[in-house]
Amino acid sequence: MARYILKRFAGMVPVLLVIATVTFFLVRFVPGGPFDQERTLPAPVKAQLYAHYGLDKPLYAQYGRYLLNLLQGDLGPSYKYPGWSVNELIVERAKVSLELGLWGLLVAVALGVPAGAIAAARPNTWLDHTLTGLSTLGICVPSFVLGPLLILFFALKLGWFHALGWESAGDRILPALALGLVFAAPITRLTRANMLEVRNQDYMRTARAKGLSGARVYFVHGLRNALVPVMTYLGPTTAGLISGSFVIESMFNIPGLGKLFVSSAFNREYTMICGTVLFYAVALLMLNLAVDVALALLNPRVRLEAK
Amino acid sequence: MSAAPESLWLRAARRLLRNRMAAVSLVFIAFIGAACAFGPAALTHDYMVQDRILGPVAPSALHWLGTDTLGRDLLARLLQGGQISLQVGLIATAVSVLIGVIYGIVSAWHGGRIDSAMMHIVDVLYSLPFTLFVILLTVVFGQELHWIYLAIGTVSWLTMARIVRNQAQTLKTQPFVEAAVCLGQSPLRIMTRHLLPNLAGTIVIYATLTVPSVMMIEAFISFLGLGVKAPMTSWGLLIKEGADVMEEYPWLLIFPSLIFSTTLFALNFLGDGLRDALDPRAEKQS
Repeated sequence: MARYILKRFAGMVPVLLVIATVTFFLVRFVPGGPFDQERTLPAPVKAQLYAHYGLDKPLYAQYGRYLLNLLQGDLGPSYKYPGWSVNELIVERAKVSLELGLWGLLVAVALGVPAGAIAAARPNTWLDHTLTGLSTLGICVPSFVLGPLLILFFALKLGWFHALGWESAGDRILPALALGLVFAAPITRLTRANMLEVRNQDYMRTARAKGLSGARVYFVHGLRNALVPVMTYLGPTTAGLISGSFVIESMFNIPGLGKLFVSSAFNREYTMICGTVLFYAVALLMLNLAVDVALALLNPRVRLEAK
Repeated sequence: MSAAPESLWLRAARRLLRNRMAAVSLVFIAFIGAACAFGPAALTHDYMVQDRILGPVAPSALHWLGTDTLGRDLLARLLQGGQISLQVGLIATAVSVLIGVIYGIVSAWHGGRIDSAMMHIVDVLYSLPFTLFVILLTVVFGQELHWIYLAIGTVSWLTMARIVRNQAQTLKTQPFVEAAVCLGQSPLRIMTRHLLPNLAGTIVIYATLTVPSVMMIEAFISFLGLGVKAPMTSWGLLIKEGADVMEEYPWLLIFPSLIFSTTLFALNFLGDGLRDALDPRAEKQS
């Protein structure tokens, strides 16, 4: 196991290097520089800024310095917020995004898994049809449609929540729903399909023959096994939650990492763009590794093989 | 060989039309497609013409779906936006199908180490934050339509590549492929004349399912303000504009959301229906 994890870590290094390189050169092809956006600066001031951040050096020198700093874990300075480093800003904002993402994940799992299990318990009844119908609806209503509708109804019409902001505990509810409900839908479908498959397995009959109650057999023995494929879906779900968070954070005006990334892309903040892309890549790669390891721990039949 | 595929497609078409949800979806998509293609030219209102004195009015006999904050007719804008959204959906899907199918077939055909390396690349790409790259690509190459097609297409071919590769791998061991190899046919000819026609069903199914997901990405970047630029519009941009003023003029949010979600809904149902109709395993059962 330890060997496998080490090998996976080693495999991440070239991937991250490629990502860092591609992003580095991609952002430098963007028309317009980091100091062109807000107001036109006098030429000498701009030249001084470029010199200060080393942007006047030839591209290969900038790239070399960037890689050297990267090796030391330094993502560079922020252009937009002088005095702040990209590392500090990312950590600051990632805390918010992480919280939002966890609430969203909670919504997706806490609604999706029971809904799928219940639908599979009574297949082809009105209950099943309602739940699967709702989940199909969820697949076609993206977060940027759901979010405004939630705000319109619960914040503006009913006045139960704030329409914007991230201060009180109640401010978490609408963004979490807008982000998570969309992913409850595929989780419902997956859980239902897997439960239907697991239902008729021999070990389920054995458990029932031992005299365990129907609900216990179904929800403990059955669900545990049905959830293994659902767990593999957590990787794609997280990737989806990340892109969803871009929209949700700008919609609800939440000071998270997604909002930071979008605004840095607008402002051509080279260091910030590269930093956030790398941060997201590392987070996703680690999560996929964690999911694989967790699956192996849950199911001894899964053997971890490093390519 | 030439007669059999025809009857397969005919049978699949009949089976598709028997599936009520899929048939309704097909009709709905055809209707929306026709409305978006010919509507903007046929309507009396133009999607660009502003009427600032009129401003935003609720749906009425003159403006069936109302007007936006600049007094532009919402129906005209919805149809024009639909034209863009559907266009992006189709062209970006075509790009992703092209990349995915070639990648998948080549990978399966070579097999061995090349195959595992190529599939490993797909696995790695799967785990990356590709929406970030779509955003970057649209920022880098400007918000021109053809770049948006390319940016979306180049990040959404992974599933297609994986599915085509798996199918092609099983096909490769079939006697007719071995026969073609023995006859000395070139790999290119085997891939295009023997493998591709047998993959057509799978490709059609997943292409249909790619269209809604691609449209979703387009709407997503338009919502962030990185998609098509005003005065041109798309469904995602209309939803965004509606969301900005939803408290005062809710119809500007509700109609675009409704038409966007219904179209995605129908496309998903059509894809599912096609899968049921074209899946060879389902054929054996009936």
